[in-house]
Amino acid sequence: MTSAVIAGRVQFAFTIMFHYLFPILTIGLGVLIGVLKSVEFFGGRTEYGHAARFWARIFAITFGAGVVTGIPMEFQFGTNWARFSHFAGPVVGQTLFMEGVFAFFAESSFLGVFLLGEGRVRPVVHWLSALMVGWGAVLSGYFIVATDAWMQHPVGYQIVGGRAELTSLWALLTNPYLRWQYPHVVAGSIVTGSMVMAGVGAYYLLSKRDEDFGRLSVRVGVIGGLLCSLTSLFPTGSFHAERVSRLQPAKTAAMEGLFETRRGAPMAISGMPDTDAKRLLDPILIPDALSYLMYGTASAPVTGLNDIPPDEQPPVELVYYAYHIMVGLGTIFIALFVLSALALWRGTLFTSKALLWALMLAMPFPYIANEAGWVVAEVGRQPWVVYGLLRTTAATSTNVSGGMTIFTLLGFMGLYLLVGALYTLVFLRIVLQGPNAATTEAHY
Amino acid sequence: MVHTIWFVVLSAMLAGYAVLDGFDLGVGALHLLVGRNREERAHLIRTIGPVWNGNEVWLIAAGGAMVVAFPSVYAASFSGFYLALMLVLWLLILRGLSLEFRHQIDNALWHDAWDVVFSGSSILLALLFGVAFANVLRGVPLDAQGAFQGSFALMLNPFALLGGVLGVVTLAQHGASWLALKTNGELRDRARRYQRRLWGVTTAAIAAMVAASFVVRPDFTRNFLAAPWLSIVPALAIACVAALRLWMGRDDRRAFLASAGVVATLIGSAAAGLYPRLLPALPGSAHPGLDIYNAASPDGSLRIALGIYLVGMGIVVTYLWRIYRIWRDT
Repeated sequence: MTSAVIAGRVQFAFTIMFHYLFPILTIGLGVLIGVLKSVEFFGGRTEYGHAARFWARIFAITFGAGVVTGIPMEFQFGTNWARFSHFAGPVVGQTLFMEGVFAFFAESSFLGVFLLGEGRVRPVVHWLSALMVGWGAVLSGYFIVATDAWMQHPVGYQIVGGRAELTSLWALLTNPYLRWQYPHVVAGSIVTGSMVMAGVGAYYLLSKRDEDFGRLSVRVGVIGGLLCSLTSLFPTGSFHAERVSRLQPAKTAAMEGLFETRRGAPMAISGMPDTDAKRLLDPILIPDALSYLMYGTASAPVTGLNDIPPDEQPPVELVYYAYHIMVGLGTIFIALFVLSALALWRGTLFTSKALLWALMLAMPFPYIANEAGWVVAEVGRQPWVVYGLLRTTAATSTNVSGGMTIFTLLGFMGLYLLVGALYTLVFLRIVLQGPNAATTEAHY
Repeated sequence: MVHTIWFVVLSAMLAGYAVLDGFDLGVGALHLLVGRNREERAHLIRTIGPVWNGNEVWLIAAGGAMVVAFPSVYAASFSGFYLALMLVLWLLILRGLSLEFRHQIDNALWHDAWDVVFSGSSILLALLFGVAFANVLRGVPLDAQGAFQGSFALMLNPFALLGGVLGVVTLAQHGASWLALKTNGELRDRARRYQRRLWGVTTAAIAAMVAASFVVRPDFTRNFLAAPWLSIVPALAIACVAALRLWMGRDDRRAFLASAGVVATLIGSAAAGLYPRLLPALPGSAHPGLDIYNAASPDGSLRIALGIYLVGMGIVVTYLWRIYRIWRDT
């Protein structure tokens, strides 16, 4: 692999993982704000509208950071991955274009109305603009995940003159790979939004200030988190895993650290893959579970890494650990939300210090779980950029050297350090000011 | 046929971006000059507050249109102008940060710092967009595969620098027209003063650019001679320049529309002269230049994307129109 390929991959991985921190929250919060505004609009509960205003401020800075870090993603297809653009542009360009036209315009324009229009437009328009913001966020995710799904499992295309041509838009938008991947991504985002909502609410309850708002946020966050953490596991997570195992056996073998092809393949709860000795060190295994998950019967054979040519294998360790981090954290979220929901039902949650502390400190972890999930998806697709059609090494720009990319990567690192610091500063400031702070300056 | 439609669509998207994000870039360019103190500067930013983010979406949508319709141009130009494009990205990020975070903390030094970042990044972006525009007109040294290796020496030729100046003054003038429309009292007087001064500079820069175009691209008149009705676009440009002169200082709404017309027809005239080329080759290149045929996606993809475009933009324009009316009296 040349330095241009390595540098291009590192730059793309760094910029997209940093960027993704923001859309996870805007998708999750976008949906939850829509819920809050709807409770206000239909139930006449003004405290929900009040809460929506606070969360809209968090949404706005998150959206802003997401936009400025998002433009480099589209640009990099052209700058660093020119041969990918040339090959796949006629197909993936469709979904990228649709994101801009159908989702992004709506999200950004209605966000302006939602943030600044209250009192200026009728309540029904304000409620609708909140829904449009959430809808825009969810839809924009759909087009991006559809783009990724095509790279994972190309459908609806034919190869004409050495490049992909779209033959069916419908096939592209209803890619079987997408069916459980997209709901899984949305569920993961709502878990993040819910955890942030519950965590910030818990902070207010523990600090004994703005307690009405704190209780409302914890309640909405715990209910949303319970529903979506369960949905992340079943049906979306398990069915998507089953689909991946059929379509991308190398990825599944790497996720599970399975070296030997065997019937009754086990699932690894823990262990460390040793790719030199080709075995899983110190494993804890559930016998037969992987065969059962994939084929519904323990006697089905599952292909191990030893029977996959080395030049068609992804980097095993990274995929294995990322998968286990995602699943482990997801399990912990379910436990935390089930306990919190039980306490909420019994009326003890708002006074339970242990649970409130746990909710507050758990805030960063859904981000890690979501990022880890994407590492499984994207690193697990290697060495292909378009699965089975185009290798990553054949997708770079021929006229951009590794040195140029390392220079710009360093620039992105410096700039994103600033973005991250500013975002954190302002996020904390909004939380410390609290939901009743008169915004010093009318927004913008 | 579908190729030509896509050429028009892409030109229209770029013109849409230049008109819409153009005025908020122009506001940035004049930010420190028209706004004399923190209060005034905060007010200037509030005039673009609800709309700048949506305006930037036009760039993303135009990028998407280029990927889907002319992927080879996207690949060649973005990788060829690698460092310049990265600079554009960094400036867009800094500018976005300044607009998002300026008002979040009530501290004088904080505001001052972001005011300078906002203005500086806006000016540099207008300059770089002008440079890029001129370089596309002039052409690039394409190799046999239709790629090229950009360098500062290549990009910063006199013609491109003239394009950069044109970008800054035209958008500053456009921003002044926006501010004249959206402010009152002393701020409006100042905005109108800049509008008047910049009108002369812009007109001179346009004239210089047109003259230089004939030197750099002697074949630039070819399309206009072959299809004389195309001359309606540059004629409209002249009409818009004159209308702006007529209305500025009197009717700010019409003056702003005329100014938007100037920006749009400049891009339209360049597109009319360039057609069917998208990224011409400099003389002596191993490649004849990328045009709407050899750089296009296969026909099937083009037709599907065109359907998407018509449906999608129909919806977008409908609600954008309504949303702009909400902010009308801001």
